[in-house]
Amino acid sequence: MMMEHLPAIIIVFPLIMAFLINVAGWWSKKACFYMALLAVTVSFLASLGILNTVLQSGTISYRFGGWEPPWGIEYVIDHLNAFMLVIVSGITLPVVLYSKKSIEQELPKKIPQFYTLFTLLMMGLLGITITGDAFNLYVLLEIASITGYALIGLGDEKAPLASFNYLIIGTIGACFYLLGVGYLYIMTGSLNMADLAQRLPALYSSNAVMAAFAFFMVGIAIKMAFFPLHVWLPDAYSHAPSTVSAYVACTMTKVGAYVMIRIMFTVFEPSFSIQLHPVTTIFGWVAAAAMMYGCILAVAQNDLKRMLCYIIIAEVGYIVMGISAANRMGFTGAVLHILNDAFMMACLFLVVGAIYYKTGAKTIGEYRGLFKKMPFTSMSFAVGALSVVGVPPTCGFFSKWYLVLGTINAEQWVFAAALLASSLLSAIVFFRVLQNMFFAPAASSSHDQGSESHVQEKRHEAPGSMLIPIFVTIAGILLLGVFSGQIIEMIIQYTVPEGF
Amino acid sequence: MIQRTANIIPRTIARILIPAIQVFGLYVIAHGHGSPGGGFQGGCILAASFILMTIAYGLEDTKRRFTENMNNILSSLGVFIYALTGWMCLLLGANFLDYSALSAILPADPVKARYLGMFIIEVGVGITVMAVMVSLFIDLVTGGKHGEGL
Repeated sequence: MMMEHLPAIIIVFPLIMAFLINVAGWWSKKACFYMALLAVTVSFLASLGILNTVLQSGTISYRFGGWEPPWGIEYVIDHLNAFMLVIVSGITLPVVLYSKKSIEQELPKKIPQFYTLFTLLMMGLLGITITGDAFNLYVLLEIASITGYALIGLGDEKAPLASFNYLIIGTIGACFYLLGVGYLYIMTGSLNMADLAQRLPALYSSNAVMAAFAFFMVGIAIKMAFFPLHVWLPDAYSHAPSTVSAYVACTMTKVGAYVMIRIMFTVFEPSFSIQLHPVTTIFGWVAAAAMMYGCILAVAQNDLKRMLCYIIIAEVGYIVMGISAANRMGFTGAVLHILNDAFMMACLFLVVGAIYYKTGAKTIGEYRGLFKKMPFTSMSFAVGALSVVGVPPTCGFFSKWYLVLGTINAEQWVFAAALLASSLLSAIVFFRVLQNMFFAPAASSSHDQGSESHVQEKRHEAPGSMLIPIFVTIAGILLLGVFSGQIIEMIIQYTVPEGF
Repeated sequence: MIQRTANIIPRTIARILIPAIQVFGLYVIAHGHGSPGGGFQGGCILAASFILMTIAYGLEDTKRRFTENMNNILSSLGVFIYALTGWMCLLLGANFLDYSALSAILPADPVKARYLGMFIIEVGVGITVMAVMVSLFIDLVTGGKHGEGL
């Protein structure tokens, strides 16, 4: 009986738990972690249940309050949604396990607040993904963003300023999205995505609809940190607490990419966003610039977290590149890359956080000789790095393969060249770190005890509650690579819009 | 910290106005589902009464009547009432927030149950909005330090 209510439970259970955590925090700080874990686990199981139902019987629609769709709020889950739900809740599970130790060290006084916000953030992201209502999406986008600002503001001494910048820019982005919704509502009188999709084609020549589309795209581009509008991201993500940067890095931008796909191909038809206006061509060029810019600036960074932030900007470029190739291969690559990138970024950020937890190291120079101290963590970093570069057994290779095939099929040779060039650049970025981690001797200034010690550097590995989540993401990276064919066959091929 | 004002005029006027504002806030909440208004607006009006109380009588005095812990609990409680009503509908076999299912436990037919369900939710929203508005005000005027500042 509960199966049919899963679309409500996946959102509402974390919502209730978030407020219970806030109250329970007074009695016991330990309980907060377990309650958050329970909320995340329930959401994850619910998302698996939803995916299973979608795979068996197609699109699900859930009516809130039992009202008919164009008037009431409707949750619609097709293959793309269900896939995104599993990604978001699936990546939250290792992150929340990992957060226990890391938050105890970084934010010992704010544990209840952290878990309240964290659970709400997950609920917001899941809600953005699941909803079939354009205005409801805005509300949930704001829930996710506001909790995101607060969580980022909990970081180091520069975090409040970074978070404030993000707040200003993010609010402008959300306003643009809202303006887009408003324009469409004036033109059609509807907020339901499916209903909008039916009413809009007759209005495609209207200037107001074009303006709405432009507002949507700019707003979403700000939220997903797409190249010229990315300026808030490096500061916000690099000053946040490690768990937070790991979580927002691997989910926020991906959910933004999902919203972009939804608006471009569900609310508007591909004929509008591809043939009527050269949106995809423009986005293709900007995405190429994003990839090059992200990777080049990543080479220039010394702080590891900041470097990864620029890699995220490049990765957003990859995803948009796949969408703008506007063919089956490219789109498959984009959707697959959303999945793969979530795991790769989670892995890398979790590793960087674990290293910071144990050694306090932040810059590449401090990573010297880390392999001897933290062998498992270092190996995990290597796997994540190879995946971002796109080395075959890892999942990064397969999505990049589809992306390159997509651009070649679209006969956009410049884009294909940009994809390959930025892959090579990311190889430079990561091999510089790996060289320091694995082959450079440890900096001798760090131990003052006695002479140049020949004594073997003591193993100083991260605690198990951090290593296990990292291993989960590593397993994800390797397994997703091996099974990418099955994933495409089972899920992704149904997400490709008609006409591709 | 906002001090109690020395001038008797604001204090007297506040004393006259605060009950009136609160009754009006409750009125707006209670009639939100049938007429303009609702939980959010009513909650803001209720919060305004506490803010006026703070300005006229000082933070210390307000905190004695409306403690911070109370505020915290209320801000969670309101949302909890909302979500719990929704869950009751789920448990009674209808969709989330489909209040007509509440007729099984409320002494009312499905139409009346929808009416009452909306009312319960407006009350929850009002409580949360009031508590959050008050805590936003206190956070802002004290620079986040509550006890000291200003």
